[in-house]
Amino acid sequence: MTDVTPYIVLSAILFTIGCVGVLTRRNAIVVFMCIELMLNSCNLALVAFAKQHGNLDGQIAAFFVMVVAAAEVVVGLAIIMTIFRTRRSASVDDASLLKY
Amino acid sequence: MLNMSEGGHIPVVDPTGTDGISSLLWLVIALPLLGAAVLLLAGRATDKWGHWLGTLMSAGSFVVSLLLFVDLLGRDEGDRQVSQHLWEWFSVGGLEVGFDLLYDPLAALFLLLITGVGTLIHVYSIGYMEHDPRRRRFFAYLNLFVAAMLMLILSENYLGLFLGWEGVGLASYLLIGFWQHKPSAAAAAKKAFVMNRVGDMGLSLAIALMFVTFGTTSFSGVSAAASGASENTLTALGLLLLLGACGKSAQVPLQGWLLDAMEGPTPVSALIHAATMVTAGVYLIVRSNFIFELASTAQTVVVIVAVVTLLWGAIIGCAKDDIKKALAGSTMSQIGYMMLGAGLGAAGYAFAIFHLLTHGFFKANMFLGAGSVMHGMNDDVDMRRYGAVRHAMPVTFLTFAMGYLAIIGFPGFSGFWSKDKIIESALADSWLVGGLALLGAGITGFYMTRLMLLTFFTEKRWKDDVHPHESPAVMTVPLIVLAALSVLAGVLLLGDWITDFLAPVVGEVAHHDPPLPALAITALVTLVVAVGVAAAWFLVGKREVPITPPQDVSFATRAARNDLYGDAINEGLVIGPGRHAVHGVTLADRRAVDGVFTGTAAGIGALGTVLRRAQNGFVRSYALSLLGGVLLVLLALLAVNLV
Repeated sequence: MTDVTPYIVLSAILFTIGCVGVLTRRNAIVVFMCIELMLNSCNLALVAFAKQHGNLDGQIAAFFVMVVAAAEVVVGLAIIMTIFRTRRSASVDDASLLKY
Repeated sequence: MLNMSEGGHIPVVDPTGTDGISSLLWLVIALPLLGAAVLLLAGRATDKWGHWLGTLMSAGSFVVSLLLFVDLLGRDEGDRQVSQHLWEWFSVGGLEVGFDLLYDPLAALFLLLITGVGTLIHVYSIGYMEHDPRRRRFFAYLNLFVAAMLMLILSENYLGLFLGWEGVGLASYLLIGFWQHKPSAAAAAKKAFVMNRVGDMGLSLAIALMFVTFGTTSFSGVSAAASGASENTLTALGLLLLLGACGKSAQVPLQGWLLDAMEGPTPVSALIHAATMVTAGVYLIVRSNFIFELASTAQTVVVIVAVVTLLWGAIIGCAKDDIKKALAGSTMSQIGYMMLGAGLGAAGYAFAIFHLLTHGFFKANMFLGAGSVMHGMNDDVDMRRYGAVRHAMPVTFLTFAMGYLAIIGFPGFSGFWSKDKIIESALADSWLVGGLALLGAGITGFYMTRLMLLTFFTEKRWKDDVHPHESPAVMTVPLIVLAALSVLAGVLLLGDWITDFLAPVVGEVAHHDPPLPALAITALVTLVVAVGVAAAWFLVGKREVPITPPQDVSFATRAARNDLYGDAINEGLVIGPGRHAVHGVTLADRRAVDGVFTGTAAGIGALGTVLRRAQNGFVRSYALSLLGGVLLVLLALLAVNLV
């Protein structure tokens, strides 16, 4: 039985970095990358727990997350591109017309 | 239950089936109903001969009534109740109502009065309404009225009676408002209709109570079961029936509509508002004797209402200058006498009906006479502009005089016998009631003499463009017939015929000993009437009559001119508070109910305005709330798992 604690700790650190990045950065590309970081920290945790329990459930879930992430990249980058083309800016705070 | 021991005296309605002539009973109602249907449905095509058809139908009904009456006289005394089952009207749950007719001595007398006087008034109307473009419609309504009234009288159960009751209400409404182009006539019709509805409410509640208590509404069923009901139920029944009677018979407190009803054509006033319809209340009480005999409280209330009304109407009659309204006041008063008779119980039922018959004759006579006078005076109704009409209209004058002598109770005339009997019974009951009835007789003498003097005697006061002339024969012949009946109807009392004849329906006349010998009472009544007549002679006949009514008059005169403030009382006690209550309820609805709902909606709307500020459009603030939410859920799960 391998000790997975370091992997989980790393995963938590990566997730926190991603989280803080999403909340504080204005550039849409950076926010996007932070989201990817959070997804991958989750993947790491899934794989680590799969190793600990000795079954493949976690690893399969990690594959699903990767597929979703890839799809998300396609859609997300396309949206960011379009916004940039019309407003000449990639700041998430500028795109705030849809409100109360 | 206290009266159980007396229960044996109260006749029970137990009719036999019809056979021979009596099976024609349904025709009495069907003929005028057919007349009304033809005249109303065929429309203008019948304009030329519609009035003849209407009169013929009414006369046909009279002939059938006469045949039935002769047939009834030929039967044994114990066999004088026949009923005819036409069809089952409806059957709901435990309530089965047949379309049944009941013919007994009481109904027989009413039938003759309604169809007889009704036919005479039809004949009279041919002349009176000659120049009215809607004469055919008038006759249709008259026929409808006669049919409804006959339904009321002939029905064997209270529901059928109610059908007729509402029918006469409808006909009365149509006829009071016949000259609908006059706003006053339309308003009077509406007033009569609404005030009658108050009474009808009482009658319909009484019928409902009957069904709950006895499970039936037929006269035979109720009269057989009445002695088994509790006294409270019977008292409630009696009071509800009285309320109905008050509405239809214009008794205080529902008297207000009768004076306004004089807006209708004069034959209507004579037929409906003097001779027949207004007596329906008296009929109801006499017919329901099996209830009233067991509810002495209700009987006492009937007597109180009757005495108040007979004085109320008489006082109004003293001050009216409109000849029809003076007669209407007198009608109210005379129906008060009938109610008094009916309220006295077995001692008075037969005399109430006797007075009803004689009154039907002499009041129809006088109303038609008044119509004849108006006809000759360019439809003026103000007696102050009449005077000395007797020279121009000898026939009208003489016939009217017969009615006059009958109503004041001149010895030998019909009213003398009938009113005298009621006062005698009232005196036997109590000094107070008898004394007030006696006083009413004196006032009757006063106002009728005043009316007579103002119209036919004193000097002429009409304008030069008025040319009084005698009415055509089609109008005077009914007057002559009615005058003869007014004089002679007293013979019904000969040998106590009418009391014996009615005994199977209302019971034997209970003989109380009056406090004075009968002859002394008769003399007293005649004396009091003579005082009233003399007072009128000195106050009206001997003086100059001003054409405009004097304004500096006593409070009593002013009150009587304003119908003793009956309308003001209604306004103050019912209409005013009703209006205030409605106002209050609408206010409460708008403020309280609407306030709660609109207030809640406005509050939630305001909260939404505040909360939507959270939707600020910044993605990162959404992300923060997302994170916060996730943390909250996690902490909550943790807390649950730890506990």
